[in-house]
Amino acid sequence: MKAIQTTELCRSFGDVRAVDHLDLSVESGEIYALLGVNGAGKTTTIRMLSCLLPPDSGDALLMGHSILRESAAVKQIINLSPQETAVARNLTARENLLLIAQIYGFSMSEAAARADELVDALELHDVVSRRAGTLSGGYQRRLSIAMALVSHPQILFLDEPTLGLDVLARRALWSFIETLRGKMTMILTTHAMDEAEALSDRIGVLANGRLRACGTAQELKTLAQADSLEDAFVKLVSKEASR
Amino acid sequence: MKRTMAFAGRNVRELLRDPLTIGFGAAFPILLLLLLTFISRNTPTELFNIESLTPGIAVFGLSFFSLFSGMLVAKDRSTSFLMRLFASPLTAGGFIAGYTLPLLPLSLLQAILCYAAALPLGLPFSASVFRAILAILPAAVLFIALGLFAGSLLNDKQVGGLCGALLTNVSVICSGAWFPIDLVGKGFRTFCYCLPFAHAVDLGRNALSGSTDGTGLHLLVVCGYALVLSVLAVLAFRRAAKRG
Repeated sequence: MKAIQTTELCRSFGDVRAVDHLDLSVESGEIYALLGVNGAGKTTTIRMLSCLLPPDSGDALLMGHSILRESAAVKQIINLSPQETAVARNLTARENLLLIAQIYGFSMSEAAARADELVDALELHDVVSRRAGTLSGGYQRRLSIAMALVSHPQILFLDEPTLGLDVLARRALWSFIETLRGKMTMILTTHAMDEAEALSDRIGVLANGRLRACGTAQELKTLAQADSLEDAFVKLVSKEASR
Repeated sequence: MKRTMAFAGRNVRELLRDPLTIGFGAAFPILLLLLLTFISRNTPTELFNIESLTPGIAVFGLSFFSLFSGMLVAKDRSTSFLMRLFASPLTAGGFIAGYTLPLLPLSLLQAILCYAAALPLGLPFSASVFRAILAILPAAVLFIALGLFAGSLLNDKQVGGLCGALLTNVSVICSGAWFPIDLVGKGFRTFCYCLPFAHAVDLGRNALSGSTDGTGLHLLVVCGYALVLSVLAVLAFRRAAKRG
């Protein structure tokens, strides 16, 4: 089953076309990376798919629900971890998890069970009773991702999940994302080629709001006749820029 | 409703864990009441009558709730936390209710503290004290909605300036909280009664004294402003949500 199917999705800001007739197809359970330089349209795409921003034209179906006509149903099955760490600073780590679970309709006991599970999975034991605003950047990022997972989403959007993390925290997060493979559909945006290559089943290369290429890391390298994903990305994006 | 209450619970914690709320919300109106009462006692003529002063201070104290609600929304808007919530099943109405509901009992609590502090200063205790406390509710909705409206449009620094400095001064000067606005002149009086603050204070004074003179008009004006500001707050918040 298709988890995400977009049709001619467009969004402009003034004269700038941020997303341009985007046709994207993501299978259920797939980890799909959106690669692109700054301003390529990655975050705008995620915001439209999360019902945060209405498209100018086009539509997208998420598990069969339209973002235009069934946004309430879409919001119930998705969750996201925004680019900036998104936590309630005066609540403890545990209170943050309980809040999000309850907002997604879980009872207090279910929310508590989910929170405990994620505290274990993301190793948040040491900071569970500390206010989120006092946590280090790495812990805040882990908490932010735990908050995105606490609602059991069918589709999870991770907008630059490892931005600002040190190499150890980054690798730990990669390992955790790996454990979720097949359990939910994940869309992650990143600038990091190694991250996209290590984590994703398929990669979409965005340039000027358009999907320039899509495939596995190996398929993209073959397409661009490049030895590395970074070289392939540069070639694919440069072609687009020179058009 | 469960989602809204969860969000409201978060907002209660945010507010009560902020020393600004305790300082300005509870302590400042009481200190002001004490200060003005003692000034009055040490002057040859009675400047401030406790029956008149207490409802005025109770309404003045509510102006801080505009600051609290405005800062809460503006700070949430400045972080990605609100973006996360906008992507959740919580509706725009749920957001506004979640911001408003925790502030209503807190505003009642502030009025209770204010009237309780006035009792040892000479305010006679009777059932009318309870009526006066309840009479602040329309004004509480008005001030909270004003804060939500400002917080949906402005950043936290601008909200601090508008609701923290400007509104507190305007609400005290134009309400007759501790001086009769008639003293300034007829034109000023007319201007003040075009705004809701003097009506809110008079509503409290009427409730306390048992007078019904003009109560209907006062209630109508305060409720009218509260309704209009609530609608504006919802519209401004929806606009902010759409713009992300």
